[in-house]
Amino acid sequence: MKAQRRRLGFNWRGLVLPLVFLLSVELIAMASPIERDAFAAPSAVLAAAIRTLHSGAALRATSETLITAGSGLLLGFAIGLIGGIPLGLFRRADQLMMVPLESLRPVPPVALIPLSLLIFGFGYAMEIAVVAFAVIGPIFLMTRSAIRGIEPQLMEVSQALGLGLIARVTKIVLPAILPRIFVAFRIALGIALVVAVTVEITANPLGLGYAMTIAQQSLQPDLMFALLLWIGLTGWSLNALLLRAESRLFGAAA
Amino acid sequence: MSRRERLFWTLASVGLAVLIVMAVAKISEMRLVPPVFLPPPQRIWAALMKGLTTGNLAQMFLATIWHMAIGLSLAACLGVGLGAMIGTSAKARAYLMPTLEFLRPFPSSAIIPVTIAFFGLTETMMLAVIAFGSLWPILMATIHGFVTVEPRLKDVSRALGLSRRSAMMKIALPHAMPDILAGMRIGLVMALVLATVGEMLTGRNGLGQALLLAARSFRTADLYAGIILLGVIGFASMLIFDRVERWLLRWRS
Repeated sequence: MKAQRRRLGFNWRGLVLPLVFLLSVELIAMASPIERDAFAAPSAVLAAAIRTLHSGAALRATSETLITAGSGLLLGFAIGLIGGIPLGLFRRADQLMMVPLESLRPVPPVALIPLSLLIFGFGYAMEIAVVAFAVIGPIFLMTRSAIRGIEPQLMEVSQALGLGLIARVTKIVLPAILPRIFVAFRIALGIALVVAVTVEITANPLGLGYAMTIAQQSLQPDLMFALLLWIGLTGWSLNALLLRAESRLFGAAA
Repeated sequence: MSRRERLFWTLASVGLAVLIVMAVAKISEMRLVPPVFLPPPQRIWAALMKGLTTGNLAQMFLATIWHMAIGLSLAACLGVGLGAMIGTSAKARAYLMPTLEFLRPFPSSAIIPVTIAFFGLTETMMLAVIAFGSLWPILMATIHGFVTVEPRLKDVSRALGLSRRSAMMKIALPHAMPDILAGMRIGLVMALVLATVGEMLTGRNGLGQALLLAARSFRTADLYAGIILLGVIGFASMLIFDRVERWLLRWRS
């Protein structure tokens, strides 16, 4: 009972700030009902959210963003994983690839937006390419360090069994690094979403980022804030979903 | 591994990089890829040198560094200041943490349209985006650093009769420093990304704008030169950061 009350009390204090903020914004909006281009009452934002979700526009934009972020994520994930495995297994290969890889790593992914635009034009392909580039690096590093973290005994066992390289990778290495690869995938999903939205805001007329830009340019702050909330909610629920799956599948191993 | 061996492998790695560049040159020369997408490396190098000496690439380079530095400094001051306040007060945490945890996973670039609505396509908008984006990792890491100060260290500071201020400066801040620096490292990466995006959107001076203009007029060699310079900024800032980190944490070793 006491613990429950304490938890309720905690919730109450955490809610004070958002409630005060929302209420005061609502009151300011009521007190001065002038149209503003950077400001909308929370009730108007909620109404705009319901409107855009009901009309299907937000869902269409969401699917565009998720398709590009997802394809870029899968592409980058595959490349990063396939590249990271040999570098994790063989020290020499890793040392040899150090300079070429380290010279690509500091390039911010958004620097590729103009180049990708030049090559692919507007559309899915250019965004997928930028997302993939952004994801490869982190996946690559996390795969490599996951392989380095495999227990040496496991690798000795595989040697004692006389497994070939392919059998060693599929039977020992991949199962051993699976939990950490799943974590890497979840982190990469966050990166992919951010980069996809960034590309849409900066250049590509697709998806939620573009929808937000249009809402801003057509002076619909209520719709703009509704979309901002929706983007946050989408990212948040995808992350929560993968976190759930992670603890279900791997428990403490991850 | 001996020092000599390491030197050998580093040289071998440099050699491989040179080979890759030569292969790209060959591909470009044979026109396997349209030269407008992949100009020969020597032309990129020429564009880079020309841009830095006679063109305005050097100016753009400095402008991007400037935007990054200002935005990151704002984020660092706010993040460490607020983080220290929130991290040392259980009351502040009770009120603020749920909101912060709720806002944390928001993609920071999604606030760009909002800041445009507030500030227009101005320098202020760009700095606000950079500062906001790099604020989050610094703020959250700082809070974590201050929360995890060992209770026994707090007892020590009380036994020594330290004032709140000097307990903060002498015990809590050094303890939180590794966390703060880890947050700043992420903030640094964010700052470069958001500076580039901000320059592309606002058309203010900087490499982001230079890249976009080069792509629009199909000057691909200039485009690659700009990308290389952004990579140089990323690399150099990490290098400087490593140095600063080692100096600030020298008491640990």
